[in-house]
Amino acid sequence: MSDRRSDRNGFEMRKDLFADERDDDLNEIGKRIRRQDIEGHVTGRSPFYDDHLFDGLLHIRCVRSPHHHARIRRIDTSEADRMEGVVRIVTGRDVPVNLNTLLSLLDFGLDDEPLLSEGKVAYRGEPVAAVIARTEAQARAATRTVRVDWEVLPHVLDVEEALKPGAPTVNETYPGNAFVYHGKYDHQKLRYGDVDRALAEADHVIEGRYQMSPIEQAPIETCGAIAAQEQNGRYVCYTGTQALFFSLGTASKLLELPSSRLHFIGGTVGGGFGGKVDSIHEPLAILGTMLTGQPCKSQWDREEEMQVGAPRGAERWYLTDGVMNDGRIVARKFTGYFDSGAYTRLTSYAVIKCAGHLPGPYTIPNVHADVYCVYTNRTPATAMRGFGITGVDFAIEAHMDKVAETVGLHPVELRILNAYRDGDMKAHRRLAKNCALVECCQVAAQKAGLRLSPDMLAASSKTGGGGPRAELPAHTATDQNGLVEGFSSGSYARKGGAPASPAIVATLPPGASAPASRPAAPAPEPKDPAPRPDAPRADTSPPARKPARSGAMRFSSLSGFRRR
Amino acid sequence: MTLHRGRGFAAINYPIGMNLGGDPSQALVHSNPDGKFTVALSAIDLGQGMKSVTRQIAAETLGVPIADVYVDTADSDTGPHDMGSFASRGTHRMGNAVIQASLEARAVMLEAAAEELEVDAGDLVTDGQGNIHVRGAPSRTITTMAAAQAAQFRQGRTIAGRGIFLVPLSEVDPETGEMSPVTTFAHAALVVEVEVDAETGEVEVLDIQSAYEVGRALNPGLVEQQLRGGAWMGMSHAAWETTEPYYPDRDHGPVDFDHYAMPGPGDLATHHISVLERPAEDGPYGGKGPGEMCANPVLPAVVNAIYDAVGVRIDDLPVTPEKVLRGIRANGGARPRQAL
Repeated sequence: MSDRRSDRNGFEMRKDLFADERDDDLNEIGKRIRRQDIEGHVTGRSPFYDDHLFDGLLHIRCVRSPHHHARIRRIDTSEADRMEGVVRIVTGRDVPVNLNTLLSLLDFGLDDEPLLSEGKVAYRGEPVAAVIARTEAQARAATRTVRVDWEVLPHVLDVEEALKPGAPTVNETYPGNAFVYHGKYDHQKLRYGDVDRALAEADHVIEGRYQMSPIEQAPIETCGAIAAQEQNGRYVCYTGTQALFFSLGTASKLLELPSSRLHFIGGTVGGGFGGKVDSIHEPLAILGTMLTGQPCKSQWDREEEMQVGAPRGAERWYLTDGVMNDGRIVARKFTGYFDSGAYTRLTSYAVIKCAGHLPGPYTIPNVHADVYCVYTNRTPATAMRGFGITGVDFAIEAHMDKVAETVGLHPVELRILNAYRDGDMKAHRRLAKNCALVECCQVAAQKAGLRLSPDMLAASSKTGGGGPRAELPAHTATDQNGLVEGFSSGSYARKGGAPASPAIVATLPPGASAPASRPAAPAPEPKDPAPRPDAPRADTSPPARKPARSGAMRFSSLSGFRRR
Repeated sequence: MTLHRGRGFAAINYPIGMNLGGDPSQALVHSNPDGKFTVALSAIDLGQGMKSVTRQIAAETLGVPIADVYVDTADSDTGPHDMGSFASRGTHRMGNAVIQASLEARAVMLEAAAEELEVDAGDLVTDGQGNIHVRGAPSRTITTMAAAQAAQFRQGRTIAGRGIFLVPLSEVDPETGEMSPVTTFAHAALVVEVEVDAETGEVEVLDIQSAYEVGRALNPGLVEQQLRGGAWMGMSHAAWETTEPYYPDRDHGPVDFDHYAMPGPGDLATHHISVLERPAEDGPYGGKGPGEMCANPVLPAVVNAIYDAVGVRIDDLPVTPEKVLRGIRANGGARPRQAL
């Protein structure tokens, strides 16, 4: 229907704006220079992980749960063992450390997910065994002959249902079906000012409920990895990861291999969009090589990429705004539910990122948010472009349209009126700087031929902020809602202070199970870069000491996320 | 008349270079005796242009031509540590690490040149064309190649540099959510025009007029590709895609691109992009990273435009013909507003 689209695409650099803040006289920066790798890409010669097809390469295919939630009574591989081309069948007992959470590399969260599940499954598609065979077709055929004796359990798929008393426990690490923040609450709180009082005094109270759908990252190249033996007991892994040392560290932990024995090669990837951080194929391919002595490949097909590979998770948002007749938003309240699926992966982190983003790009004197990372019996969610932000920005900006209609204000003018400006205090208690929302609103409106009042055209991100808008609220209402018992307050929030249950260490080929224990680095005292908030601090006891862990390569000795 | 046009507006900001984990990025830069530089990283080029933007940053900082720089990534045996390309941290974190590494290498290169020219290194400048000369005296000059050869064979200097970019991790207060999640934000605002068929419920996105503020467009070509592709992804999120069409029910999940519908070339809206640049003080040359934020404003702008067209609020994504038709029916017919 191109006839109805009058113009071609346009692109312009607005060099006139913020010109005094830039030096535009540079040699290479700011130039349209051709990509270093584009010739290889357009001629089909760039090497991707799947181009490293070693002689004798074996193929790994997983046996997956057909149920949302079920106990595994028994796995019978006797028929599959006899299938043509089958070299080895791997189960959870073969995984040296079969329990992990991705963000343990950042000291955040409890191990909650096996590489190959042993006791139970908590989502349809969860892997319980992996067949290694000479061809992919043979591996596929053999997976169909693995017999699993299932005991089907009740399941829960809705985030709000999952949080109700009596809901089936999806993830035993978090029996309440919610990630535990700071060893203390079943959600992340954002408290700034007194929302309830401001709502009571507002001219209008506007409510809304928004649902963000789960989305597939849809890279052209599906997730995967190829591993092979190198000299000196090392393993090389060609991978499509978008996080090289995340994947290396995760493999090191799950396989109990020191990182010196892992050689990861990647860097040229056929699209990721967030879905290639989860590091599932790298440990599986290396484990296959450890067990068979031959190169192994693990790779999702398109169906797995779409239904087993972690999507952008769904989010549900409830918003309540208190607005004055002139359009000033004086209070904004959020309740948000991130659907993490059966395991944590990265959703716990997205919740924090999201809380730090609220209430969006506006200066609102009273803000309140409860944001939950909820476990349900579905494919675990993970990162995707705009992670933690896209869903709530949809909610905020759809809501702003309703606010504009309610108070009878132009939608663009409502944004400019409430826009954050240089020097404003934000709800996460840091001063805004380097703002440009006002200018973006003005440019977009002007291009679209929308008429703005002279006041709005004269507005600037550089003026009108700071002063009283830089001050913290005189009073912030806090609460203890959602208090959780039984989790320690350390950054690495061990339930009850006890170490996570040790995984069964399987018998491995000689030399393959070198322990990689190293003590945790001591946590530095946190700095205090900002003025103290007015919030009360009920407990100043020191955080729990972190026990030494084995296998994991740590990237930071951080004590982040712990309470102060 | 069953076709109704409407316009919707949305504005957003986006946190760049998430810092809740405190994870730094590293870079190593060295020259061979010909004055050609290799930048060793462990960053990932997903198609976003990681290799290209770090190459430009290195060339700019070293003061050498882009052709004299090659970026080698990602081999864990040779590339220094980096957690990965996600959370809009690639350009921001890695770009800063490359600047630091390049500055260290540049300093050695200038010392080598200074020894050859018998001047003070502090008086030397690069012309970005492969020459080093005395400030204000362009005739007292040496090529970067000659300086590198002198360093290697006469002076015994290593023209190399190390870079790391670390922002101390952010604490998060359990009671108030106080934190320092990032150091800078990108911005965007746009107007989307849609056409809604009140008989079939189908929605077509016709046009996008956008303004994106990216700190500095380090490579406007890469920025344009990100913004164009990202806005496409935004309209696809709004009105096409989901892995679970009946969420929270898991049935009817698509398993291939026949059933996981996304807009094709014939569905693309024209997109008129304006790029604003307000440099971030801690961004590499002020750059913020446009990759993640570009889709976000399109989703709400599309539903706001549908309301403007037919008076139906869609608060559950994705927009489907079924939802539009049910909304129109509940209202007793389309209610065109065209208020924007």
